[in-house]
Amino acid sequence: MAATVSFQLNGRAVAPEADGDTPLLFLLRNQFGLKATRFGCGNEDCGACVVDIDGHARHACTTPLVALAGAQVTTAEGLPAHPIGAALLAAFAQEHAGQCGYCLSGILMAAFALLRANPAPNRASIVAALDGHLCRCGAHGGILRAVERAAASLAAATP
Amino acid sequence: MTGAALPKSLTDTPALGRWVSLAEPGRVIIFTGKVELGQGITTALAQIAADELGVRLNQVTLAEVDTDCAPDEGFTAGSQSVEVSGTTLRLAAAQARAALKAAAAQHLCADPARLTCHDGAVWLDGVPSGLDYWALAADVDWHQPVTGTSVTLAIAHRLVGQSVPRADLAQKRIGGGYIHDIELPGMAHVRVLRQPFRLARLERVDTDWLARRHPKVRALAKADFLALIADDELAVHAAQAEADRFVRWHEVAGRWQPATSPAEMVVTSGADGPPEPCTSTIAVRYARPHIAHASVGPSCALAQYEAGRLTVWTHSQGIFALRTQIARCLGLEVAAVRVVHAHGAGCYGHNGADDAALDAAIVACEVPGRPVRVQWSREDEMSRGPLGAAMSAEISAGVDAAGRVAAWQMRVTSAPHAQRPGAGGHANLSSAEALDGAHLPRAVADLPEAAGGGASRNARAIYDFAQEVRVTIDTQSPVRTSSLRSLGAHLNVFAIESAMDELAALAGADPLAFRLRHLTDPRCRRVLIEATEMADWDGGQAIGGGVAKGLAVARYKGKGAWLAAVAEVVVEAEVRLSRLWLAVDAGLLINPEGARSQIEGGAIQAASWTLKEAVQVENGRIAAFGWSGYPIMRFSDVPEIETRFIEPPDAPPLGAGEAAQGPVAAAIGNALARALGARVRDLPLSRAQIMQALAGE
Ligand code: FES
Ligand code: FES
Repeated sequence: MAATVSFQLNGRAVAPEADGDTPLLFLLRNQFGLKATRFGCGNEDCGACVVDIDGHARHACTTPLVALAGAQVTTAEGLPAHPIGAALLAAFAQEHAGQCGYCLSGILMAAFALLRANPAPNRASIVAALDGHLCRCGAHGGILRAVERAAASLAAATP
Repeated sequence: MTGAALPKSLTDTPALGRWVSLAEPGRVIIFTGKVELGQGITTALAQIAADELGVRLNQVTLAEVDTDCAPDEGFTAGSQSVEVSGTTLRLAAAQARAALKAAAAQHLCADPARLTCHDGAVWLDGVPSGLDYWALAADVDWHQPVTGTSVTLAIAHRLVGQSVPRADLAQKRIGGGYIHDIELPGMAHVRVLRQPFRLARLERVDTDWLARRHPKVRALAKADFLALIADDELAVHAAQAEADRFVRWHEVAGRWQPATSPAEMVVTSGADGPPEPCTSTIAVRYARPHIAHASVGPSCALAQYEAGRLTVWTHSQGIFALRTQIARCLGLEVAAVRVVHAHGAGCYGHNGADDAALDAAIVACEVPGRPVRVQWSREDEMSRGPLGAAMSAEISAGVDAAGRVAAWQMRVTSAPHAQRPGAGGHANLSSAEALDGAHLPRAVADLPEAAGGGASRNARAIYDFAQEVRVTIDTQSPVRTSSLRSLGAHLNVFAIESAMDELAALAGADPLAFRLRHLTDPRCRRVLIEATEMADWDGGQAIGGGVAKGLAVARYKGKGAWLAAVAEVVVEAEVRLSRLWLAVDAGLLINPEGARSQIEGGAIQAASWTLKEAVQVENGRIAAFGWSGYPIMRFSDVPEIETRFIEPPDAPPLGAGEAAQGPVAAAIGNALARALGARVRDLPLSRAQIMQALAGE
């Protein structure tokens, strides 16, 4: 059933028209041309498609359009405009986190949702927040260090 | 550089202008045949070229790797890119700089010794001369061969040795940059329904059902090749998920026949004299199952057939070989096929990339003019691409009264590791076999020793004792296998270094002291000692205490980087790898953080293979599986890793990407044997295998 659903995408009002059960992943990539959200499995197994919806990390591969009415959706394209996102991006660069990079946007979004909810996470809560994300390149160490660095830089920036 | 043999890349493609171009004002364009696989090669090569030309990194652009313009440098594999392509570009860039300087000297009627180059500008006696590379480019003969002799290489490294951040990653973190993200105007979306087993025949496609249920989707069948095509990606995606409802396959008995395998290969034939008497011996067998490449991004390809020319976009590791095979499978002239590389997710060897490229090519030829995009499913990526080869290694060895290894025989049996497109003259592409069963490989060969070997890779131990090593390629299984990161080195080093610990125990020796007793290679000794110091190695650790350390060492391919690993494991419900210490000698580091990422990433992947991974094969068939059927290491599983690089002065760079695979596996195995008080020789070192090993004790 075609539906028009209005929501906020990276701070911009959008109202795509599509079947109500169209997964957000396909809308982002094919209708909006936002390619940072990636296909990895389509089954909530890998985390490559994770975006932030209303402050929570969510799988775009299984989130249907109808579930988005009135939601605030942030994708990795929206990170530079947000202080937490910018801190994460800088920290990932400084820590040389990632090899092929395919997993990174989903991981960044999970870290973004985590830092929004908990600005000073310990190692265990970072691991828990990222545990549904697979990285075949074994870039885990640099990624964990980068999230810690981002949290520290944000703490230092807030008086 | 005088006297050293030129890299093969330069004897194949000698002209300077094929490597360096100043055609774009203000920019240096560098051509390479090596492709970015996520290992950071484009950054490392740009660093090398910028240093030799005396330009800034941001003045250098690496050209797209495209069969229309790139030099053919074979496959990007075996940790050879920095060694081979780095040297090639270094020589080419240095010669370009010398030629530009000579041209400037002519213009300025000055001795070249008075000239220096800064960011592409030529200075005379310390002040800008007004000339730059781009103004001088027309005076250089770009057809001159790169000789590697008449040039002075840049003495001071400015960029080489620095951890320059990767420009490609900055983009990929917040946007596209992968093959998956390419959109061609008017492109159609395609899913291929793969044969569920080798040479399966397409029995029936219920096109009526498909038309009713998925009206936007069209089925395209050619022999046993079946593709779904639509304007809308979601439509083909949804139809693919219901393939069981409208497609039936069947088996024609006897259609699949094993290829002939090469004769047993003698890697080394042991001592000349009679065998030494041993006081105690072992006769043991180590094995690993098939392992999936399991890239996080399933394979993807695009293609377009227009005006008699086929263009294919792929994340293949070997675009020239792929071009030849695509042309052959489709009956096109090689010149009518252009293959362009685009970045994929990390592939770690020969995964589905090439297969996907042929898929796209086949469909593109059926819909002339229209670009098509093929996306593999997660299940196909795991279970239908080539797998890492199952292997076994039997070792019979013994120690003498003095506690030295006095006998060593190793017999390796392995499925093929070298079935890339074109190997043995075969297409080695899954849809080629679907189009025509005659594409089935008839004869399989292993990778030659000069290329580092396949099953024989690292089958010769680095120790000084006499060894008899034989390798057999087993082609009896219809499972498609090919190159996976480090090829045979993973299991061979696991076997050798496990056996060394077993022999040390027979000799009543500390595994470290026992190894050093048989080791004269100074760089190997150095990494081994370094790693054990980092880990506070204790030769007298308790056996069977549930927590223990193990060590292992190897030199990748016998001619690459040296790496020693110490692993600490904790035996809980599962085996947990808690810590890892790595000491590495990879010669000069072009980009230290890049090298560290590769080593530590390789270590985690090796640990994942070793502790968790096995593809289930039953009667030569593999039931499709996704991540839930094939767990890999997660954030909560990864160990703390400490890595130290040893950089001997003046040592040339050696590839680092695969050096950790064998030593990490063996260090974990040796740690587990101590922690458990029993040896598990069959990978993965999972709870089930441990139970079996304990039951067999
Ligand atoms: S694509 Fe959504 S979790 Fe893998
Ligand atoms: S960096 Fe390649 S999958 Fe994580």
